[in-house]
Amino acid sequence: MAERLGALVIDSVVQLGAFVLFLVSAAFYVFFPPFKPRLWIRQIRIIGADSLFLIILIGGFTGMVLGLQGYNTLRRFGSDGALGTVVALVLVRELGPVLAALMIAARAGSAMAAELGAMQSTEQIDALTVMAINPVQYLVSPRVLAGVISFPLLISVFDVVGIFGGYMIGVGLMGAPSAAYFNGIADNMEWHDVMTGIYKALVFGVVVTWVCCYKGYRAERMATGVSRATTEAVVLSSALILAFDYFLTSILL
Amino acid sequence: MSQTEINHNGGDAKNIRNAASAGNAIEVRDLRKRFGRQQVLDGVTLDFPAGQITTIVGPSGSGKTVLLKHLNLLMRPDSGTIVIDNVEVTKLGATGLDAVREKFGVLFQAGALFDSMSIFDNVAFPLVEKTRLTRAEIAERVHETLKAVGLEGMGAKFPSEMSGGMQKRAALARALVRRPKILMLDEPTTGLDPSRTGAIHELIRRTQENFKLTAVMVSHDVPAVFQVSDRVAFLHNGRTHLNGTVAQVMAADDEVFKRFLAGKASGEENETALAG
Repeated sequence: MAERLGALVIDSVVQLGAFVLFLVSAAFYVFFPPFKPRLWIRQIRIIGADSLFLIILIGGFTGMVLGLQGYNTLRRFGSDGALGTVVALVLVRELGPVLAALMIAARAGSAMAAELGAMQSTEQIDALTVMAINPVQYLVSPRVLAGVISFPLLISVFDVVGIFGGYMIGVGLMGAPSAAYFNGIADNMEWHDVMTGIYKALVFGVVVTWVCCYKGYRAERMATGVSRATTEAVVLSSALILAFDYFLTSILL
Repeated sequence: MSQTEINHNGGDAKNIRNAASAGNAIEVRDLRKRFGRQQVLDGVTLDFPAGQITTIVGPSGSGKTVLLKHLNLLMRPDSGTIVIDNVEVTKLGATGLDAVREKFGVLFQAGALFDSMSIFDNVAFPLVEKTRLTRAEIAERVHETLKAVGLEGMGAKFPSEMSGGMQKRAALARALVRRPKILMLDEPTTGLDPSRTGAIHELIRRTQENFKLTAVMVSHDVPAVFQVSDRVAFLHNGRTHLNGTVAQVMAADDEVFKRFLAGKASGEENETALAG
């Protein structure tokens, strides 16, 4: 029993070490030549541009729900003029980064894990190695870099679309005062609030690409290897997004 | 024992001569590798003479694929040495390993072509990534190599649009495009029908002669593969059981090899856990 527990602990520490070293290695090779801007741009397109429609859709509906709920709640206290401030702060500080990151993990992260998992199972990653091409530098570093660039941009789009979604429902449909909506945002939103969202976006960009690349890269070479890697990638990156969100919020408040 | 004589190892790798030979492209000495409780390589000692095709055969679990993964530097041994083109590789760091990797090409069992690239781009890939050739020079070399493997004019196709045999040819072209000294082939005819198997064997022979290569091949396609091989190494229980020219190995009075040829591998062999 004690032996098994010891082996489990050792195995867990080894795996955690490999997980962390994977990120360190990927981050190192971002700054280490040869640089491949072509690969960076391709990954920014896949993670960023290809996720844009989804982000606009989810951001719009999230803002609309906030507009509806926010108006009905604030009206009870006679504060419906604060609707814009509430919608904007909730989106920019919290819901925008978290919901957008979860959506990108589900869409681009799962695809990333599946692609690398398939490459692992068909020996394409081994093929890179024997051609003296570093697979982490070629496959992982561009994805992590693309995540760091794309996430803040996508989350900013999510926030802006959400704020307009809230305006459409709260002001257009429910009748909240129009001028107060945007004036409230301009008066009460601080630069610190915006930066909180940006910091979160940067961290989530690293977390999602790191976890999804690691799971795909380490996929087992068997029939269920790719599907298991994909599932684990989405579940773990979603859990880590929420965990990091808590810690970042407590630090940045 | 001379290199042209048969090495009937009988499980004792040390019986084989230790002296390095100038005529060997690869020399393996007392190579050992363990996975958990499974001793997959248990003291393999083997020479791969330059300019010849050496085929590694053996029952499942004998360690042949694991041995090839050590030769193509995808695995590190627990102990023992590997000399490739006069460089001892087992203690090399990443940069040293990459320098040795420039000397060989590898054909993987499933081809390992990049799905997202055309055949032209797949074959051009090692040149684009690892050389300073101009676009025109790369295009010329790729067309030349595709022609050598019988895929002239097929560069625009994608791997998914090609048959298994054509994918193997394309993968062979990619392995050859940098003009390596050594070619390593892992089960090159797996999944092919008998006529395509024959064609691939013939292509390997022709390619080896045209490019003056040293070829190391792992194959289960016994005895068909002997027709294209110069030498055969028979692995059994993680050791070099027989090693010599095809004629010598075929003439060997060895019960284990005869059982293997007759497809009557013992229960113990069949139960060996790791593929090899």
